[in-house]
Amino acid sequence: MSVAVTIETIEKRFDNFPALRGVSLDIQPGELVALLGPSGSGKTTLLRLIAGLEEADCGRVLFGETDTRNLSLRDRRIGFVFQQYALFKTMNVAENIGFGLKSRPRHERPGRDEIRKRVGDLLDLVQLPGLEKRYPSQLSGGQRQRVALARALAIEPRVLLLDEPFGALDAKVRKDLRAWLRELHGRTGHTTVFVTHDQEEALELADRVAILNEGRIEQVGSADDVYDHPATPFICEFLGEVNKLPVKVVGSQAFFGDRPVLGGLSQNQGGPASLYVRPQHLRIVDETPLALPGTVEHLRRNGPIRRAEVAVEGLKKRLEVDLASQVAPAIGERIRLRIAHGNLFAAA
Amino acid sequence: MSDAILPSAVTATPARSPSRARGESPAVQVVLIAVSLAFLLLFLLLPLVTVFIEAAAKGWEAYRAAITEPDALAAIRLTLLVAAIAVPFNIVVGIAAAWAVAKFEFRGKNLLISLIDLPFSVSPVISGLVFVLLFGAQGYFGPWLQANDLKIVFALPGLILATVFVTFPFVARELIPHMQSLGSSDDEAALTLGASPWRVFFCVTLPNVKWSLFYGVLLCNARAMGEFGAVAVVSGKIRGLTNTMPLHIEILYNEYMGAAAFAVASLLAGLALVTLVLKTLLEWRYGDAIAASRRH
Repeated sequence: MSVAVTIETIEKRFDNFPALRGVSLDIQPGELVALLGPSGSGKTTLLRLIAGLEEADCGRVLFGETDTRNLSLRDRRIGFVFQQYALFKTMNVAENIGFGLKSRPRHERPGRDEIRKRVGDLLDLVQLPGLEKRYPSQLSGGQRQRVALARALAIEPRVLLLDEPFGALDAKVRKDLRAWLRELHGRTGHTTVFVTHDQEEALELADRVAILNEGRIEQVGSADDVYDHPATPFICEFLGEVNKLPVKVVGSQAFFGDRPVLGGLSQNQGGPASLYVRPQHLRIVDETPLALPGTVEHLRRNGPIRRAEVAVEGLKKRLEVDLASQVAPAIGERIRLRIAHGNLFAAA
Repeated sequence: MSDAILPSAVTATPARSPSRARGESPAVQVVLIAVSLAFLLLFLLLPLVTVFIEAAAKGWEAYRAAITEPDALAAIRLTLLVAAIAVPFNIVVGIAAAWAVAKFEFRGKNLLISLIDLPFSVSPVISGLVFVLLFGAQGYFGPWLQANDLKIVFALPGLILATVFVTFPFVARELIPHMQSLGSSDDEAALTLGASPWRVFFCVTLPNVKWSLFYGVLLCNARAMGEFGAVAVVSGKIRGLTNTMPLHIEILYNEYMGAAAFAVASLLAGLALVTLVLKTLLEWRYGDAIAASRRH
């Protein structure tokens, strides 16, 4: 039932604003893919293009072998969950979920009892049994979300598309629903694409994450891929926190000022570069040839993580350093930092 | 919100009184309420009551005679006929215009919105005169119409045209802001679920705005039946033929038949009251549904 989705060099402009600039993406059958990016990156446009709610200026979207340009919205058979759910306010839950089935051409339309049974099954699936007679205004945000999902699943979609599925929910509900959606996807196995601006959500939920920026896909990969091996400086800065050091590469070493801070570089692109280091990859050390001296200026605690802000001479922004539990520097203390891992990009 | 105008809220403890939080003193509240009430009584209720008192001044028999007299009956029939044609027409065109404005982006959209309001900003007399200038004997299309033996001005078509023109904005203006606030995601959701455009319109779009539509229709109808200025110009005031109720009332009044005038007027006032009661009843009965459909 679920199909592969192939996106081929899609271009889309709105007036003079290029929303998508040559986007290609292959999605496997049954895969759960996140489109992640800041607002204005084109992720929602891409989702709406897959759905057929927008038309590409050029390029095409294939469902399996089928070119969707020739398909009407009805024939595409996609399940789309809108950001604000777009539940029909004048219909109760059962009517909402049954709407797609009742909209089928007469010869394909299931009978009334069949529809009622399917609605009941879907409500069980989304864990809202017995809410058939409620109206959307009588449901909580999380319940509306589930009803919207049940409504989208009712037409047995080939592809499930979700626009910011948890955007309108509070943090606690969001966490619960995330785990639940992951589990539901495991059970139903729909090819699923969802849009989010929340990197944590994307990394936790998706098999693969496609990161968009200014109308282009910058990188596609598993959560580990994109987090540990970011392809571009944008992804470094967009995913999680990161410190940026202007360095100069000579041979196999990177120099901050005239001090070597990272060695063993394999790529031999000499010259100025930006070194991106995550807070957890900075270690306080006693003495080492490759170390960065600094002064602890501020200490704070964010849940389980203790964080030090370290001023380094020649650097405007203080470095963010995660502290191991046994290390406890004092404010004003002079320390040395070793870079355990960093990503190097040649300066533009 | 509603506690703010209840007297109990004024005497409630300062911490719980919303008015205190906003820094308005109880005196200000009392004065504001008194002024509005006095205005309502003086300018709205008093005239309305006067209509009914005057209508009943000469007793039931005179009242009955005034409204069953042939000219009066003809006026009532004509008014109903004009409304029965103009209102459905404006519903269809109003929905189409609101749909176009709310769901699509196109060049000249702002011009269209301004044009929809035009009948409100033009004096009704001018609206009527326009049709006389266009279709009257000396008008642009006058000779052609006469040659083909068609009568528009001083006949039913003219009355309908003038009424349609004057009452056009009511439905569209109620619908546009509501449709705009709803956006198009409900329609898109229905389309992705495989509904045909007609099904989307009748099962999703229209039910979503049904209360605004209903309210617009009520207002449109009340105005269609009560319109005087534009209709007066195109009607020619031929008794028993082209006189609508408001015109009939004016003629009676000018002929010093005050009681009869007020008797017919009481029918129009009654219509206004029925409209009001209907609206209130529906809001009371379906208040939740209305609120839900306005909310997003």
